[in-house]
Amino acid sequence: MTHPLHELMRDSLDHCVKCTICETYCPVAAATPLFPGPKYVGPQAERYRGGDANADASLDYCSSCGICTQVCPQGVKIAEINSQAKAELAQRRGVSLRDRLIARPTLAGWMGAPVWPVANWTTSFGPFRLLLEKVLRIHRKAPMPRWAGRTFQSRTRSRRKAPDPAAPQRKVVFFHGCAANFYEPGTASMAVQVLEHNGLEVIIPKQGCCGLPLQSNGQYDAARAYVRRLAAQLAPYARAGHDIVATSTSCGLMLKREAHEILGVDDDDLRVVSERMFDICEYLVMLDERGELKRDMQPVDMEVPYHAPCQQRGHGVGTPAMELMAMVPGLRASQVDAVCCGVAGTYGLKAEKYDIAMEVGRSLFDQVRASGAALSVCDSETCRWQIAAATDRPSVHPVEMLHRAYGLG
Amino acid sequence: MRGYRTILVERVDLGQGTTGRFHGLLHSGGRYVISDERSATECAEESAIVKRIAAEAVEDTGGLFVTTPADDPGYADRFLAACLKTGVPVQEIPAAEALRREPRLNPGISRAFEVQDGAVDAWKLLWGNARSAQEHGAAILSYHWVTEVIREGDRVAGVIARDNRAGEMVRIEAAFVINAGGVWAGEIADMADCPGVTVVPGKGIMIAMNHRLVRTVVNRCEHPGDGDILVPIRTVCVIGTTDVKADSPDDYSIGRDEVQQMLDAGEVIVPGFRQARALHAWTGARPLFKDERAGEGGEDTRHMSRGLALVDHLRRDGVSGFLTITGGKLTTYRLMAETVVDAMVEQMGDSRPCTTATEALPGSEDGRHYWLGSRLAAQEEAMADDQLVCECELMPRRKLVEAARRRPGMTLDDVRRALRLGMGPCQGGFCTYRATGILHGLGDAETERADELLLTFLQHRWLGLEPILYGDQMRQACLDDWIFQGTLDVEHLPVTVPT
Repeated sequence: MTHPLHELMRDSLDHCVKCTICETYCPVAAATPLFPGPKYVGPQAERYRGGDANADASLDYCSSCGICTQVCPQGVKIAEINSQAKAELAQRRGVSLRDRLIARPTLAGWMGAPVWPVANWTTSFGPFRLLLEKVLRIHRKAPMPRWAGRTFQSRTRSRRKAPDPAAPQRKVVFFHGCAANFYEPGTASMAVQVLEHNGLEVIIPKQGCCGLPLQSNGQYDAARAYVRRLAAQLAPYARAGHDIVATSTSCGLMLKREAHEILGVDDDDLRVVSERMFDICEYLVMLDERGELKRDMQPVDMEVPYHAPCQQRGHGVGTPAMELMAMVPGLRASQVDAVCCGVAGTYGLKAEKYDIAMEVGRSLFDQVRASGAALSVCDSETCRWQIAAATDRPSVHPVEMLHRAYGLG
Repeated sequence: MRGYRTILVERVDLGQGTTGRFHGLLHSGGRYVISDERSATECAEESAIVKRIAAEAVEDTGGLFVTTPADDPGYADRFLAACLKTGVPVQEIPAAEALRREPRLNPGISRAFEVQDGAVDAWKLLWGNARSAQEHGAAILSYHWVTEVIREGDRVAGVIARDNRAGEMVRIEAAFVINAGGVWAGEIADMADCPGVTVVPGKGIMIAMNHRLVRTVVNRCEHPGDGDILVPIRTVCVIGTTDVKADSPDDYSIGRDEVQQMLDAGEVIVPGFRQARALHAWTGARPLFKDERAGEGGEDTRHMSRGLALVDHLRRDGVSGFLTITGGKLTTYRLMAETVVDAMVEQMGDSRPCTTATEALPGSEDGRHYWLGSRLAAQEEAMADDQLVCECELMPRRKLVEAARRRPGMTLDDVRRALRLGMGPCQGGFCTYRATGILHGLGDAETERADELLLTFLQHRWLGLEPILYGDQMRQACLDDWIFQGTLDVEHLPVTVPT
C-alpha cells in the first residue's frame, strides 16, 4: 500500500506548526462536526498511525478536495497524507459494493449507453432512486448525469489518428475523460471546435478512465492499473511532441500530478504524459500569451457567476477561465466567493454524505441563485451537475462560453 | 502486597527524576550480553514479567540488533553466542527482511537479529505501581524531601521530611527504612551515618523525534556506545544515549556537542535522520553504584555495571532497620524491590513471599498492551462533546478536569507526567494557556498561581527545546514565541518564577 513517495508526503507532517489555517479553510469541517478537520486527521493523527489497526473512522468524512494542502503555509501535504490514510482504512474495512461501483464511471457508462433512454428514465424515476438509496446507499437526491446515447469516442472515430512527430505543434491530443464520453459529448465537441477554430488539428485517441474516482474511494491498486493503462494510451503522443488538452480538470490533474504524488505511480509513460498535460483553459490562455489565440469573439451580453473547482485550483495555474471570459465582449463573469461545491467527485452521491455536501456548497448555491444569471460556469463535470441540481439552472464548462463567442454554435 | 504498612516518601513528583528521564526501552537484555552478563539475564527475565504485570504501560514493539556499515562485523557472532549463554531470546533474520519491516533502516546493514525489546511508558508504569500500592494500603507522600534519617543507637527508626508544598516538617517513625533514593541514595545513606555509599550519576542525553521513524526498537549490533538505540515510544521515537559522569544528580544540562553526536548517530541507523524534526531533548542520570568500602572506582561510567546493588547496612555498618537498594535499570525495577524487601523480611525474621511477579497492576489485568492508535480511538468516541486541550497528544478537557479534582494543586508539569500535556510537536504552544485557563476556571489556581504555572511550564519546556532548535522545531518555537510574547505578553505577567 505504501510507496517511497508516500513516505516523503508523510514526512511533511513534520512541518506542521498547528497554525490551524487548513482547518479554517476546510469546507467539510465547517459543514459537519462529524469531520474533525484536516489538521486533526492529517499531521496530527498521522503520528498515531502505522499500527495494525485503524483508530479513526472519522477520517472517511474527508472529501479529498485538497484545499488543505493548497492553503498550508508550511508545505504540509495534508490532503496527500489523508488520502493515503483513507486508502488504508478502506483496505482494512473492505470496500463496499457502492464504492466499487461509483468509483468506476466506465462501468455505469457502458451499462447505460446502449439503453440510454431507459437508463435515463430509471435514474430520474423516484421509486428506483429510493431503491438505489436503500440497497446501495446512493442518495436519492444526488445529482446524476443523463446518458447521451452514442459515446463521444464512437462519434469521433475518424479522429483516432497516429502521432505525427513531423508536425507536433499543429496537432493537439484531446483527453476528454469519462464524463464527456458518456454524458456530455456536446461539451467535448465544443472544445474540439474551439481548438480547431484556433487552427489546431485535434487528435482523439482511444482512451480509458484515469482512475481518480477509485483513488478518492481508497482503491489504490485498481486506480494505479487504470491510470497506467491510460498513460500508456497517451504516451506515444506525448513522446511525439503533442500537447494533451483536457476539459475534465480533475482527470487532467490526475495525470499531471496526483497519480504520481498520491498513488506513487512512477513510470515513464506517466511522466511524459504529465509533462504534456494541460487544462484546456490553461492551454488557451497560453496560446493567447503567444499571440496565437483568435480574438474574433462576438459580444455575449450576459452575467455569469463562475466557480473555480477545488481540482482546478490544484493545477496551480490561477483562474484561466476568468481570463478567457474577460476577453469576450459583453460577458460579465464574476468569481463566486466559495471554496467547494461539496460533491467532490463521488463524495456527495453517498447517502451518508449528501447532506454534508449540500451544506458545504450552500453559500455557493446561494450566490449563484442570487445572481439571477441564467446559467453558471464551472470547469469540473461533477461540480457542474451538483451546482445545476442545487440551483435549478444549467452549469456549463467555460469553453462553452468561448464557443458561443466564436459564433460556432 | 506482603502485608506491611508502608509510606513512600518522594522528593518531588513521582517520575520526575531518573525514572521519567530515559528513552522508554524495556530491555530484552541484548544490550548487555557481552559487557554485563548478569544485567543481561536480569533484563531478559524481568522484561518478560513487566510485559505481563504492567501490560498497559508496555508496547510490545519487538526489537532488532542490526550490524550497520559503521559497526564491527565480528561483533554479531559473539553477540549471538552471548545471547544463548545469558538466556536472552534471539533469532537471526535476513537483512532484507529487516529492511522490509523497517524501510527507513540503513540499507547497508549486513546482519539483523530479532529480540524481545519493548517500549515502556515510565509514568504509566509508575501510576500503576502507585495505585497498586495504595490499594494495598500504602501512603504516598510526593513533594516530601527527606532531611534527616532518625537513628536510635544502632537502629534506623524513621525519617524527617519537609513537605515542600505545605512548608511543614513531617516526622515518620518506622520499623524499617528502605533507601531507594536512586542517584540520591548516597546522600540518604550519609544522613543515616552510613558513609561511602557512592552512587555515580551516569548522565545520558536523549532526543525525541516528531514521529516514529521505526516501528521496532533498533539497536546497533556493537559494543554499547553512544546513540546506538532508537526506540519507538508512543507517538515519537527516541534516540539515545550518551553516558558521562555528572558532578551532581541534579545536573540536567545538555551539551551542544552531545546533541550533534546523537543526530550523527541517528543518521547511522536511519539515513536522513537529520532532516526529521527533533521535538525535545532531555537528560537523565543512571544510578551507578560504587561502594567506596569495596575499593576501586572509575570515571568511565559507560562500563560500570547496570546491575542492581543491595547494600546491607547491618553487615556493612552495623546499623539495623536500614537497607539501600540502588543501581539497576527501569527494566529491573521489580526485581530491585523484590530483592530489598526479601532482605528486609529476612532481617525482621519474617517469612512472607513476594507476589509482585504474578499480580497484575491495576489497569493491566486484561493483559492488553498499549497500542499506538489508542488515544486516537478514544478521542473518536468523545470527539463530539469534548474539547481537546492538548491537540498533539490528544488530551481532552475532561481528563484535565478529572485529574484536577483528584489531585488539587498540580503544576502543569504534574499534568504533563500524568496526561502528556505539552509533549507533542508544538511543545505547549497551544495547550499551555488552555490548561492554565481551565485550572484557573476550576478554582484550582488563583490568578497569581495560574500565572506562575504558565511561566514555569514554558520555562521547563524551553530547557528541552533550546538545545535542538533547528529546522521545523525552530519554526514552531518562533510561532509559540509570537503567541506567548507577542499576543499574550507573558513576560509582563506580575509574577516572578523561581528559576
